[in-house]
Amino acid sequence: MTRAHHASAHGAKDGGAAHGAAAPHGTTQGYLLGFILAAALTAAAFWLTASGVLGGPSTTVPLVLGLGLVQIIVHMVFFLHMSPRTEGGWTLMALIFTAVLVVIALSGSIWVMYHLNANMMPMTPDAMRRMP
Amino acid sequence: MNMQTFKASDGPGPAFFSFEAEEHEAGASTMLGFWIYLMSDCLIFAVLFATYAVLGRNYAGGPTGRELFELPTVAFNTAMLLVSSVTFGFASLSAQRGKIVATQGWLAATGLFGLTFLVTELREFAHLAAQGAVPQRSAFLSSFFTLVGTHGLHVTVGLIWLLVVMAQTARGGLTEANGRRLLCLGMFWHFLDVIWIGVFTVVYLLGVQP
Repeated sequence: MTRAHHASAHGAKDGGAAHGAAAPHGTTQGYLLGFILAAALTAAAFWLTASGVLGGPSTTVPLVLGLGLVQIIVHMVFFLHMSPRTEGGWTLMALIFTAVLVVIALSGSIWVMYHLNANMMPMTPDAMRRMP
Repeated sequence: MNMQTFKASDGPGPAFFSFEAEEHEAGASTMLGFWIYLMSDCLIFAVLFATYAVLGRNYAGGPTGRELFELPTVAFNTAMLLVSSVTFGFASLSAQRGKIVATQGWLAATGLFGLTFLVTELREFAHLAAQGAVPQRSAFLSSFFTLVGTHGLHVTVGLIWLLVVMAQTARGGLTEANGRRLLCLGMFWHFLDVIWIGVFTVVYLLGVQP
């Protein structure tokens, strides 16, 4: 990490240091390790789905979602170089804020719409026939 | 402004405003600004994912994801995008070391993998349409094409941007400005790969579940 950082062709004066690690750098090993982890997680998720070894969706779905979540974190760390120090912590702050909004939008939509379906007035067969 | 402690009685008191314009390096805030753009883009995808989560099982008597999706194709496309993320990483590393030929080569490789992804996706869309699985067939297909199509549109824009950055690098070399552009494009490209994890997990892998 540090070797590549110092050898960087950014022409970075020390002024850049005032903003913390302004441009996060990776290493070849970092990208390869991220690639191996991501490929393994992807393969595991596809294999679980295609083979159906776990029996039913009730166990497969949470596990596949969990694998996807872990892979997102792997990509964030190894490819996007997220760290609490980047830009003085502001990128992580923006990420956390976005994550909160995403969780609210997703869980809120799913929760409300599923309950809406369950609580709709029952439709008579006659009304169903006259549906557009 | 010195940082000595002072009592309230002496001196001009604490300053709450600075009327002097602060010096900022050109591009010092570009990365943070671009990151905030990516986060806002993330919210667009979050809303499309929420729409798909609500409508994704409303088939209106039409074809279901289990009947339509071909996992080998999706696995191939996932591999294309993942490899293109790594090749872009190598392009960034080459640029940091000032190796312009290697940078352009890795960028070209990234572009080829991205183009393969896009062509495969378009062929998949054409294959779906040939089976009558068009966006107006059911709520499931409307939300599917909106979500996956928006991601594909982002990849298209990323490819065009990639060509622009390659041309800029070819003309001006690995200047500080071009390095900054490369860094922004890299964040965009890796971000698209992150979104694709959500797409193949939620749309395809969960879509083929009974």
